[in-house]
Amino acid sequence: MSAVLRAHGLAKHYGELEALRDVSFEVAAGELLGVVGPNGAGKTTLLSILAGAQRASAGTVSRPPREVGWAPQQTALYAKLSVAENFELFARLEGLAEPQEAVARMLEQTGLADRAGEQVGRLSAGNRQRVNVALGLIASPPVLALDEPSAALDPGQRERLWGFISALARAGTAVVFSTHNVSEAQRYADRVLVLANGRLLFDDRPSELLRRGGEPDGGDLERALVAFLAADAPEHIGEPP
Amino acid sequence: MRWLLLKDLRILGRSRLLVALLVVYPVVIALLIGFAISRSPSKPRVAIVDETPAGETVKVGGERVSVSHYADELFNQVEAVRTPTRSQAVAKIRSGDVLAAVVIPQNIAARLSSTVDQAHLEVLYNGDALEQSLVQSSIDSAIAKANLAFSEQIQQAAARAIEALLQGGNSGILGAPEDLIGLSQIPSSLSAIIARRPPGAERRELQRIEDFARFAAQNLTLSRQVLNTISQPIAVTSTLLHGRRTPLNTFAVVVAVNVSLMFVCVLLAAGGVALEREERALGRLVRGLVSREVLLAEKSLLGAGCAFVVALAMLCGVGAFVTLDWSRVGLWVLALAAGALAFGALGVAIGALAREVRAASLLAFLLSLPLAFLALVPGGAVSRGFYDVIGAVSFAFPFKASLQALDAAVNGAAPGIGGSIAHLAGLTVLFGALARAGLRRGE
Repeated sequence: MSAVLRAHGLAKHYGELEALRDVSFEVAAGELLGVVGPNGAGKTTLLSILAGAQRASAGTVSRPPREVGWAPQQTALYAKLSVAENFELFARLEGLAEPQEAVARMLEQTGLADRAGEQVGRLSAGNRQRVNVALGLIASPPVLALDEPSAALDPGQRERLWGFISALARAGTAVVFSTHNVSEAQRYADRVLVLANGRLLFDDRPSELLRRGGEPDGGDLERALVAFLAADAPEHIGEPP
Repeated sequence: MRWLLLKDLRILGRSRLLVALLVVYPVVIALLIGFAISRSPSKPRVAIVDETPAGETVKVGGERVSVSHYADELFNQVEAVRTPTRSQAVAKIRSGDVLAAVVIPQNIAARLSSTVDQAHLEVLYNGDALEQSLVQSSIDSAIAKANLAFSEQIQQAAARAIEALLQGGNSGILGAPEDLIGLSQIPSSLSAIIARRPPGAERRELQRIEDFARFAAQNLTLSRQVLNTISQPIAVTSTLLHGRRTPLNTFAVVVAVNVSLMFVCVLLAAGGVALEREERALGRLVRGLVSREVLLAEKSLLGAGCAFVVALAMLCGVGAFVTLDWSRVGLWVLALAAGALAFGALGVAIGALAREVRAASLLAFLLSLPLAFLALVPGGAVSRGFYDVIGAVSFAFPFKASLQALDAAVNGAAPGIGGSIAHLAGLTVLFGALARAGLRRGE
């Protein structure tokens, strides 16, 4: 498969702090790429840079920010606007030729057509997250960056959200997502990036991470990740992934 | 920018309590400030104990001036509460019914008539430091005015006595002959007599008396002029160096409108920027959808536009009650627009630096209110060094420049509107740049 996005030599400094160091990878169309790692590994920074919400201190991303859809970890929506008004605003800001068509499409994809006129602030956390993810998709970008998309969702909401994301990937959208829930990466990701201390330590299939972590096929990816980090980045042992 | 502006107006429209507060609060504050500035200080409520016997007079030359004139003058300067005795006056002060009491003693007439003793009044007062200061200055001023008026009465009586001495005739002075010769007439009468007398010792003696009479008449004329001069030693001629004289009530209108303009604009602009951060939409917007400059300009215009409408409506509304020069309405619009843009820039700078709506609102209040008060401190009210510091602070923020622009637009006051608008334009650029730097902070 050909790459739809290439990141090369990405680095980010906050003063003395080195949040990302020389991170390079690519993602193909329709691929689900999971980014895992301990707290402070640089997952959010990496996704923010891919989406253009932050500027990298060094390195390049092959696509301009507007070609990467973005759903930040915390929902970035206008609580006083309705679901449809949020969609319409961003459709217009994206400069879409048919904003109302995009609104209808997003309402259908999120399954929130019957709540189109409801203010976002009154929706459940799960529905807000669906709108949050959908806003990243409104311009039909070839790549979608999702930062902890299932955080704060209950199991049912999480299941529905992953069904929605998987459908997007099947339709050809490349999805890069970060998660603390390693079993989610094991279940949904085609490939996994392991970040620790701003460095990219692993870029391969989940089954390879299982092997490197000493786990059998179908074993526990979280245990494999801990074992992998203990072997390759022992300074991170003790911090949950 | 259009869609962002529409979005913000839609959100504002759904925050009715916020809109009501944004409009009502500054208007109330503005009206209170305007009212406080335009209203002259009220007369203090003072008990007057007049112990002088009824009809008591002070004798000046052949005339008598009633002591009750003095009490009347004092009554005019304060909200007088006639009180029969000193002890009742003390009770009124203690109960808070009056701020102070003035006791006019029984012997005041005798002392005024005496050339040895000075007349004395007794002033009694109570209260905290602020009340004491107010009462002392009010009573001092009232007594000074009453003294001046009473001394004018005495001077007029003295002037009439001198006039009678100079001109003669039926003077009306107690004990004077019916057809009194005036001192100024003596030299000419004596001159005619002297001309008929043969030279000799008697004629020389009469000549000396004529010289004395002429000299005395000349000096008494001078005394009359001196008395007039003493009654009002210094006349005041006021000259305004530039601009038009601004009536206090129209200046109060300008202050009130400017305060409203500042509050609505700064709060809306600051809150607008902070809200984008708080809703975490800023990251979504600035990743290629909207530039930071456009975002700041939109928030600035939102605040400026709303504040402009409120301020112009307020100015036009007040114009129904206070005489304003409606031919200058174009200048009002210009001054309000320039002020609104500068306040908008200040607002977005606060919003970008504060990052949260609550912090931005608090900072906007904490900054705006003192700035308004500092800009209203008149020169001479504080020490020179402190006034220079106030001047520097006021120069660095838009309130004073906006006030001057609006005062020039509404009242034709100095300095002219051009300089103030240039100043406001400079501040708009400065705070816009500060907002831009603040928005980038933390990225």
